[in-house]
Amino acid sequence: MTDSPLMPLWEVFIRPRNGLNHKHVGSLHAADAKMAMQAARDVYTRREEGNSIWVVRASDIVASDPDNADENFDPAADKVYRHPSFYDIPDEVGHM
Amino acid sequence: MYSQGLIGANTETKETQEFLDAFQARIDAEIKIEPNDPMPAAYRKTLIRMIGQHAHSEIVGMLPEGNWITRAPTLRRKVALLAKVQDEGGHGLYLYSAAETLGVSREQMTEELLNGSAKYSSIFNYPTPTWADIGAIGWLVDGAAIMNQVPLCRCSYGPYARAMIRVCKEESFHQRQGYELMKTLTEGNEDQKQMAQDALNRWWWPSIMMFGPSDTDSQHSDQSMKWKIKRFTNDELRQKFIDATVPQAKLIGLTLPDPDLKWNENKNEDGGYDFGEINWDEFWKVVKGHGMMNKDRIRARKKAWDDGAWVRDAALAYAKKSEQQNSEAA
Repeated sequence: MTDSPLMPLWEVFIRPRNGLNHKHVGSLHAADAKMAMQAARDVYTRREEGNSIWVVRASDIVASDPDNADENFDPAADKVYRHPSFYDIPDEVGHM
Repeated sequence: MYSQGLIGANTETKETQEFLDAFQARIDAEIKIEPNDPMPAAYRKTLIRMIGQHAHSEIVGMLPEGNWITRAPTLRRKVALLAKVQDEGGHGLYLYSAAETLGVSREQMTEELLNGSAKYSSIFNYPTPTWADIGAIGWLVDGAAIMNQVPLCRCSYGPYARAMIRVCKEESFHQRQGYELMKTLTEGNEDQKQMAQDALNRWWWPSIMMFGPSDTDSQHSDQSMKWKIKRFTNDELRQKFIDATVPQAKLIGLTLPDPDLKWNENKNEDGGYDFGEINWDEFWKVVKGHGMMNKDRIRARKKAWDDGAWVRDAALAYAKKSEQQNSEAA
């Protein structure tokens, strides 16, 4: 094995069709953006999975720390007043 | 994802009983484990070994079939085989990516394959001397792999489960094309029919060995089941595969090479086939590197890796230079 630097890692996002979001589908290694794009096309769209690809260098992604998941996401759990079902309105009103 | 961030990172966990219990509680509640979540070192290690071995199997698995691409008898068979082998390459990639999320690098895994410290499925150490072998591999080897992989779609480790979902979706054609190929041969002349039977004779036992040692001899099974890495034991999956395959063979007029195969309505809940003694000596011989093709497979992988070194180096050098030129121009 040589001392070559590690081949950079890219995350791949695919939009299945117009009107939908790009969605994370996997990752791959490539030296640069152009090769990452070509490899993503070969590997992740062999069966008409989409019509648009994003590739993003994994090292450019800023991710939240799972250790902070409680303080980040728990506070939303007791805010039921943010949901429509929290409010009482007469049945006669119908759909609102 | 995040894998390169984990390489060389301190993934040690303080494994108090409290920590292990909390982890088990998450598993029992069917909450998936994701890359940066705290996990016992043994859970991480088991997954790296298992996913790595799975990835290597996909990659080495391209070799016995690649052998026949140029000699496929019709264009229809050739495009199917090309697509299948290309899929296996993709499956290797999905799996390597999943393993990398646990903090092992692709380069490290490749090195372990080439130096023999990492294993791949014993099945790929058997040769493919005839065209019927391509049918037998699709039908039996991919059939066994699917039997194994479908429950892995519910593995407790998120990235592995997601990779398996993709793999299973793509792999369903692999088994069908193999069975169709065998069926076509059995409808041909006597020589063609004989060729199909001969391939089945050679691939049957190695295929049922693919599920690994019997539960009584498997050292990893219990803890993997408890952590829901695996959902079924080796013997359970082997039995399911045999029960599914026996009628398929009968339907196309082929005979499985096991005189002890016999329906037993008292087996398990719905009955099942009794089958003959598996030659575990042969299995362990092949696993330990003394199968017919072990040396050829590793030699081919090593050659591909070594011959590709200049391409990887050139691509990296080009990327670096382009980046420099861009920053100078800016």
